[in-house]
Amino acid sequence: MKAKILFKLLAVALVTVLMIPSCRPKNAATAVSGDAAAKSYVAPGQYDEYYNFVSGGFSGQMSVYGLPSGRLFRVIPVFSVDPEKGWGYSEETKPMLNTSHGFVPWDDLHHIELSQTTGEINGKWAFANANNTPRLARVDLKTFKTAEILELPNSGGNHSSPFGTENSEYIVAGTRFSVPPDDTNGDVPIDSYKKNFKGHISFVSVNQESGQMDIAFQLKTPGVNFDLARCGRAKSHGWFFFSCYNTEQANTLLEVNASQKDKDFIMAVNWKKAEEYLKAGKGKKQKVKYAHNVWDEHTHTGTSTMKGEVTVLDVSELKDICYMIPCPKSPHGCDVDPTGEYIVGSGKLAALLPVFSFDKLQAAIASKAYDGEYEGIPVLKYEEVLYGEVKKPGLGPLHTEFDGKGFAYTSFFVSSEIVKWNIKDLTVVDRVPTFYSVGHLCIPGGNTRKPSPKYLVAYNKITKDRYLPTGPELTQSAQLFDISGDKMQMILDFPTIGEPHYAQAAPADLIRNNGQLKIYKIDENKHPRVAKGESESKVVREGNKVHVYMTAVRSHFAPDNIEGIRMGDEVYFHVTNLEQDWDVPHGFGIKGANNAELLIMPGETTTLKWVPDRVGMFPMYCTDFCSALHQEMQGYVRVSPAGSKTPLTFHVGKQPAADKEVQ
Amino acid sequence: MRNIKIILVFVTITFYIACGGNNKKPASESSSADGTPTEKPADVNSYDPKRGEGKFNEQNVVLGATLNTAYAEVGEKAAGVKCTSCHKMTNERLVGPGWKGVTERRTPHWIMNFITNPDPMIDKDPELQAQLELCLVRMPNQSLADEEARNILEFMRKNDGVK
Repeated sequence: MKAKILFKLLAVALVTVLMIPSCRPKNAATAVSGDAAAKSYVAPGQYDEYYNFVSGGFSGQMSVYGLPSGRLFRVIPVFSVDPEKGWGYSEETKPMLNTSHGFVPWDDLHHIELSQTTGEINGKWAFANANNTPRLARVDLKTFKTAEILELPNSGGNHSSPFGTENSEYIVAGTRFSVPPDDTNGDVPIDSYKKNFKGHISFVSVNQESGQMDIAFQLKTPGVNFDLARCGRAKSHGWFFFSCYNTEQANTLLEVNASQKDKDFIMAVNWKKAEEYLKAGKGKKQKVKYAHNVWDEHTHTGTSTMKGEVTVLDVSELKDICYMIPCPKSPHGCDVDPTGEYIVGSGKLAALLPVFSFDKLQAAIASKAYDGEYEGIPVLKYEEVLYGEVKKPGLGPLHTEFDGKGFAYTSFFVSSEIVKWNIKDLTVVDRVPTFYSVGHLCIPGGNTRKPSPKYLVAYNKITKDRYLPTGPELTQSAQLFDISGDKMQMILDFPTIGEPHYAQAAPADLIRNNGQLKIYKIDENKHPRVAKGESESKVVREGNKVHVYMTAVRSHFAPDNIEGIRMGDEVYFHVTNLEQDWDVPHGFGIKGANNAELLIMPGETTTLKWVPDRVGMFPMYCTDFCSALHQEMQGYVRVSPAGSKTPLTFHVGKQPAADKEVQ
Repeated sequence: MRNIKIILVFVTITFYIACGGNNKKPASESSSADGTPTEKPADVNSYDPKRGEGKFNEQNVVLGATLNTAYAEVGEKAAGVKCTSCHKMTNERLVGPGWKGVTERRTPHWIMNFITNPDPMIDKDPELQAQLELCLVRMPNQSLADEEARNILEFMRKNDGVK
């Protein structure tokens, strides 16, 4: 009897628990596992635990998500124009996209590197690479704005970048395509690859105060493809590791021709040694041409400077900078664990994962355990450097991140899974499927001395049936895993912009308490055409150029009536946002403008160039809803024929007693 | 009957336990939002309409018997950058009300509080709420430094004829 009652009670209790729909948010993720939704749920008004800086791939931009919610906060325009924010359209931002090829409005952003101090994320900057027209960018994390873009000479596709040393002494930039050096005649037969094509790796120094970048030196290497890279850390600080493929030096049908050898290389670079050679004057000055673009927070203006020289160290002549570690089958990822001892190579076509030992590398170099040379660079004996192999881990290994608890997580593109394995005993301890075809992985701090092993994000190349269909082009995605337990647990799917490649994440408090800017102080605005207050607003004609010094405040422009513009004029609207409160941008749009809008932050001055194409009346208005009277924030520009006698006049708020006679 | 009672108690407890888990703060506890001031319920009872809300009071805002012309001069410049796009010096309304007579209508520390801390005051002050119905634009926080606010106050006094 008692047992029966107890059973009844239990049954009722169970049913009750199951029948409380309001207790836990239910969505598709519930099917994955019971508490998945709760683990990724961040209630309205609550903040996420991590900022996730995600590459936008062929969008050319950097996106900022929150973890664990997967909410998108901002798309930071970096290498591609962004009409929404006026990036690349306003006169001040155009120089940021200047290159030795002229203005380049698009690129392909693959990887992110957050700046570090002693192997830990310091919250100052996020670096990014341009994969097409080789460049490096630095995003300032106080403003979430691109502060600097540096072009890279002697380079043909900056893929092996922007990985940094553990104090961000250097950000590296290894070329994917080897090409004839910039100071040689590039007009040579393509099949003269072996003779004429060279690889270059730039070591770009970073000023620890200002963040300003400078190419300290370049390493000239054999003509191969550099893929990815990681710095040594802790005990291996002073070294850098680059994965190389196409050591076959093929120049056509690489799919087949660059997959011939059983082993390619991970190139180990002793950059401290390179510094010594540089100091000793062993570098060769080379004439090149590259653009260096810097943003000034006080003039709110970018400046592009064309530079003409770079110092190159030839690693086939300077013998003890580089060593080749044989690595099976076209290595892609090349990742160093938090202790700095283990280097994981991920051969795209290999059925095993080799783990190399830094200690053994040092011993092998000391004892010259070489297996010949590759174009003048010593090749180390595989077994002498190898710590061990993870056997049969999966198909198509790409990238590895670390949790700091002795485990590594490797993505497998072909078998579409993440495999967790023990670094010490090289055994697989867990595997989970991804949907589908995972590329990069991200654990917050997963490339540092101190990872934060709570979440793992997988960035997938294909989504197929995961979301509502949107025609032939489908979104790409990220998948979030809880890795706090022994087993990885998928807790969220979220779509991403562009194609997500590498991403990094940092604790929210580190970034949001880094002294983030809320407004630009109007007193510190040094824009040459600022109007500090309506009394300074004016319209000035300089030949056929007309400069409008305009102010914006809730909710009017000054001036908002302009007459006397003539056909053939170039009009520059220099709009100063007089607001000094957080989150009150104003926008500016004018009919027929062939570029974009302006989006002006509080205290900022930004310029839109406008060339009227016809005589008539042109409305202009504020594009960013600023107040209840936002819809009143508008004005007119009157355009008269060339040579018209209509005087140049401007005003705001002057309402004539009666309508003037029509002229 | 007794069984039903037990079951009811049990169900209640179970319900409590099951839902208790939901009361847990979400994972982002360590970095939860501060909550913007505008979302806080206006506590009308503690609001002093003579003083406003902010760091200024009768003790720390002391006016001279005559105008401090140096203050007023700097204040006029600051107002030109941050205020006069919306406020006229007459009693005519532009975006916000004209400044004529403001120093006679309001205590000095109320003015200082309002121009440095507008948002909470607009939420609580009945007269400001009435004004908002008229102007429809919330006076923005223009990030005035204390000194800047004091100078602007002196310029307002000058505008009101203090010599």
